[in-house]
Amino acid sequence: MSTKNIEEKQYLLRFKCDTKSHLTVLDHDICMTQCPDKICTIFCPAEVYKWEGTRMQVGYEGCHECGSCRIGCPYQNIKWEYPKGGHGIVFRLA
Amino acid sequence: MPEKFDVVVVGAGPAGTACALTCARNGLNVLLIERGEYPGAKNVMGGVLYRQQMEDLIPEFWMEAPLERPVIEQRFWMMDKESVISFGYKGLEWAAPPYNNFTVLRAQFDQWFAKKAVEAGALLINETVVTECIVENGKVVGVRTDRPDGEIYADVVVLADGVNSLLSKQLGFHKEFRPDEVALTVMEVINLPKEKINDRFNLEDNQGCTIEIFGDSTKGNLGTAFLYTNKESLNIGVGTTLSSMIKAKLKPYELLDYLKNHPMVKPLIAGGESAEYLAHLIPEGGFRSVPKVAGNGVVVIGDAAQLVNAIHREGSNMAMHSGLLAAEAVIEAKNRGDFSESSLNSYREALYNSFIIKDLEKYKDAAHTFEKYPQYFKEYVPMMNQAASKFFTVDGTPKRDKQKQIIKNMTSEKGTLRVLQDLYRAWKAVK
Repeated sequence: MSTKNIEEKQYLLRFKCDTKSHLTVLDHDICMTQCPDKICTIFCPAEVYKWEGTRMQVGYEGCHECGSCRIGCPYQNIKWEYPKGGHGIVFRLA
Repeated sequence: MPEKFDVVVVGAGPAGTACALTCARNGLNVLLIERGEYPGAKNVMGGVLYRQQMEDLIPEFWMEAPLERPVIEQRFWMMDKESVISFGYKGLEWAAPPYNNFTVLRAQFDQWFAKKAVEAGALLINETVVTECIVENGKVVGVRTDRPDGEIYADVVVLADGVNSLLSKQLGFHKEFRPDEVALTVMEVINLPKEKINDRFNLEDNQGCTIEIFGDSTKGNLGTAFLYTNKESLNIGVGTTLSSMIKAKLKPYELLDYLKNHPMVKPLIAGGESAEYLAHLIPEGGFRSVPKVAGNGVVVIGDAAQLVNAIHREGSNMAMHSGLLAAEAVIEAKNRGDFSESSLNSYREALYNSFIIKDLEKYKDAAHTFEKYPQYFKEYVPMMNQAASKFFTVDGTPKRDKQKQIIKNMTSEKGTLRVLQDLYRAWKAVK
């Protein structure tokens, strides 16, 4: 079957998860009070960011490490590092 | 006593591996550092590998490299909601050596390529993140890694750390990129039997086809989609500048599903099985976004230096060639015993005299023009589709009257002057 939604797409992937997040929202208040669009929850290609009413939930385990959130956050509010060596996403094909 | 190499290369993609391979062949002591489980584990591209720059490094590589299909047909689609204007070129000269380009799957290809560098004498270490460059007295003297006691020293550090290049940012070679300088692209690999691919794309075994799709593939936003044939799978993907994605509030995976369900695309991928989903940024700022590429003890190559020609979908070839040019500069610097910026600037000169910067310079206004004036993708593609539909529908109207009507429709909507301005602007951006 060809995938129909992001959950099915993410399910195709292999991740070697670190225990510590390589993505950090620096100030959750900025998301709450200054950022009505919460645009990272829309453009992130892996739906890593989810707004949970008062804080940003960061599902770093499914991150593709593309860098979009770091560049696209209108408030430069995301600290973005690489996962520890050998961790994170493991592409097997393309 | 920390270890010291002639050259440390950060990142085993096409740029870094090309550089490590060339340095090692010339007798330098090379360390190639890769953060993934293996080279290719973090690397993504649509899938077209050009022959020339690869062959400069490994003659007749197609005899042994893990390639998918030589591309013998390149199609371009200007797509509307229920129609498409298609043109392209198919030539059998591309089906025989030396070929023009190939589709590849990067996880396999990059491992093979890195193995070539290792065979030439480079030392490859995987699963290692370079966290920063070690700078002493204004000179890069090595790298710090996330391994215990992970300091490694070198005469020259080569930054091939990809589009995000945190390291060249650390050195102040460029500021953080703006959302209009990168394209967010997502793709899927879809398995499909060989016979189906051959039938649907009018191919024989060992013949490939690429389709670049403009217009409704991005819902009129600045970007493109693509559909490439592998041996027994298809790569289908779509991307727009991150700024367009933000402005239009697009979810990239929804855009991909929109493309997969488009009536012009759906029959080509029908019955296929999704095998992988990948997201990646493409550096598309072009000429004006190229950072400083040489400093004291350091050079920057490939995506890290923004070396991508988005209009011609060239990137990995530019990466490889920049790696080769950087290696030649490093070898000269070694002979001189001088690794200062002025010595390594011979890489910058070679880069700026090569097709890489010449091509980026040619299109230096293209990205900006098409970003600022979205009508090309949003308005002209549908307009041309409507014009083609009108012109080719036989309904008893004389052809000359049809022509007049088409031109009238175009100019009455926008005004003759606007249309001429738009045409002139587009021509200027790509001339």
